[in-house]
Amino acid sequence: MYVAVKGGEKAIENAHRWLSEKRRGNTDLKSIELKQISEQLFLSVSRVMAEGSLYDKELASLAIKQSSGDLIEAIFLLRAYRTTLPRFGYSKGIETDNMICSRRISATYKDLPGGQILGPTYDYTHRLLDFKLIAEEEVHNSKEVEIDNIEKLSRVSEYLNKDDLIKRENNTSKQPKDLTREPLELPADRSLRLQSLTRSDEGFLLGMAYSTQRGYGRNHPFVGELRIGIVDVFFEISELGIEIEIGEIEITECETVNQFMGSKKEPPQFTRGYGLVFGQSERKAISMALVDRALQWKELGEENQNAPAQDEEFVLYHGDNIQATGFVEHIKLPHYVDFQSELELIRKIRKDAQKSEK
Amino acid sequence: MLKSQKNKYTKEDPLEHDEYNFAYLDEQTKRMIRRAILKAIAIPGYQVPFSSREMPMPYGWGTGGVQVTASCLCPTDTLKVIDQGADDTTNAVSIRKFFEKTANINTTDDTNSASIIQTRHRIPEEPLKEGQILIYQVPIPEPLRFLEPRETETRIMHALEEYGLMHVKLYEDITKHGHISTAYAYPIKVEERYVMDPSPIPKFDNPKLHNNEALQLFGAGREQRIYAIPPYTKVISLDFEDYPFEPMKAEAICSICGSNSSYLDEIIINDKGDKSYICSDTNYCEKRK
Ligand SMILES: [Zn+2]
Repeated sequence: MYVAVKGGEKAIENAHRWLSEKRRGNTDLKSIELKQISEQLFLSVSRVMAEGSLYDKELASLAIKQSSGDLIEAIFLLRAYRTTLPRFGYSKGIETDNMICSRRISATYKDLPGGQILGPTYDYTHRLLDFKLIAEEEVHNSKEVEIDNIEKLSRVSEYLNKDDLIKRENNTSKQPKDLTREPLELPADRSLRLQSLTRSDEGFLLGMAYSTQRGYGRNHPFVGELRIGIVDVFFEISELGIEIEIGEIEITECETVNQFMGSKKEPPQFTRGYGLVFGQSERKAISMALVDRALQWKELGEENQNAPAQDEEFVLYHGDNIQATGFVEHIKLPHYVDFQSELELIRKIRKDAQKSEK
Repeated sequence: MLKSQKNKYTKEDPLEHDEYNFAYLDEQTKRMIRRAILKAIAIPGYQVPFSSREMPMPYGWGTGGVQVTASCLCPTDTLKVIDQGADDTTNAVSIRKFFEKTANINTTDDTNSASIIQTRHRIPEEPLKEGQILIYQVPIPEPLRFLEPRETETRIMHALEEYGLMHVKLYEDITKHGHISTAYAYPIKVEERYVMDPSPIPKFDNPKLHNNEALQLFGAGREQRIYAIPPYTKVISLDFEDYPFEPMKAEAICSICGSNSSYLDEIIINDKGDKSYICSDTNYCEKRK
């Protein structure tokens, strides 16, 4: 007779062997190198670092290679690795005022000190397949692109700050909670929300942000400033009482300026949404800023429109793609036992129903 | 950094090296989890928040159970892992292998000789005894979740012992279907205080939760909750006087061992759709053969 599948162990081994062959693909072709990934697929690397919450281009490239380009799988690999790393402490807050920008644009001022810097962007490209790339062997770019603006660029929101037209965001000396070390408890303060948003799934945030623009929690945003560039990271060694630079990271920062007509709590003024993401990721940074602004309705005394993007519990609980993918996909695991008990129940209820019909 | 350097350039399985701590988690994390476990034992049925870590298996695939197991394991422990009652289902195999590699402990299929049993969806047929720990993998720890989706609300309901909504739901079931239409993850009340989700075990298993000699721990990784039923704890399945709780199983006997009292899996044996039944608990069935 048929006996329920035995030998799960062997089956798993075979499946994994097959997978690793598939991952490698045709062996007549060279195996893709990590450097190629980090140099030529750097936007993928950015996303994996941001949502993996680990800034390491080499490891992110490895994860992308190992996951055959499935970015959520790659993010998962990085997260699982990250969680095992010992913690020496927390770095000082990065100073994005001192960013060396490769890109800096403002949608609110035509010109401003430091100017608009387009930088490497897909904006304004015509989305036409470039068939030249099929045959591309070597790069023909003759001119080296130089970053000439190493001076410090003043911040757009500062101009509004000076005129008291935008809500001031005060520095708090409070040590922010660490989402990766403490369970999420609600209500969350803004620093915790931002932590959660910056590692949230890009697609989820994009959808949430988009919904605010279409009227579900509308917040009238302008991109006050979007900048991409390099900042230094400092770490304080308390035993020695000194601060040292431990490295530099590339980040994308977006500050939106949002219309606000005032409430019982706050006078009419502009308000802001904030997005900060590892690597180059404008879509995510802008989305994050819109959602951050939507989530501030309570602090600002705005009306709750019951929009999904205003709902802290909804946004924070469902934005993590590693949690989401695990749980959604877990329904492919065996559920024989539960299904069996449902079978028995439905049979019983049907039997009773048939009896009472007669 | 150092760690990654070492990992990156060796071809062997990184878990087999001393790259990771005993049972994978670092000691500090285990301490944090043990504190949550102790709190859970002190307040039976109460869901204790804990800072769940990313594990090398996906959320929803047993990460809560795995973290609790990792925090309870000692080198002298003997571990049994089951899924759907069976030792050889793929996910059980995968979790058992994980601990064989990372903790180098003994494993067994024998319910009786295991000191720790991690389970998904079943309680073994063989009665557990003092000193054993049964660790459940939990997908949704909140019994009130499908009545009230908000965690902020359900925590208040627990605090105020406000369980009316649950009783209304069960009552509506009876008026609509003539039965309580919950077949698994059937809600229980622990020590006359907290309403608790026993994880998706069939309600057939519910009576075994009561007064069990073993310590029962529940881990929900994605939802970041741990809860417990200490040994010899009073557990009742929610019901009404005129509609008492009844455990349920297929009215058949096991076609391998002939048991008429164990929980059975229904299997389809040919293209005509003929059915047969076998014990869901493979170790129990094996021993009776
Ligand atoms: Zn049997």
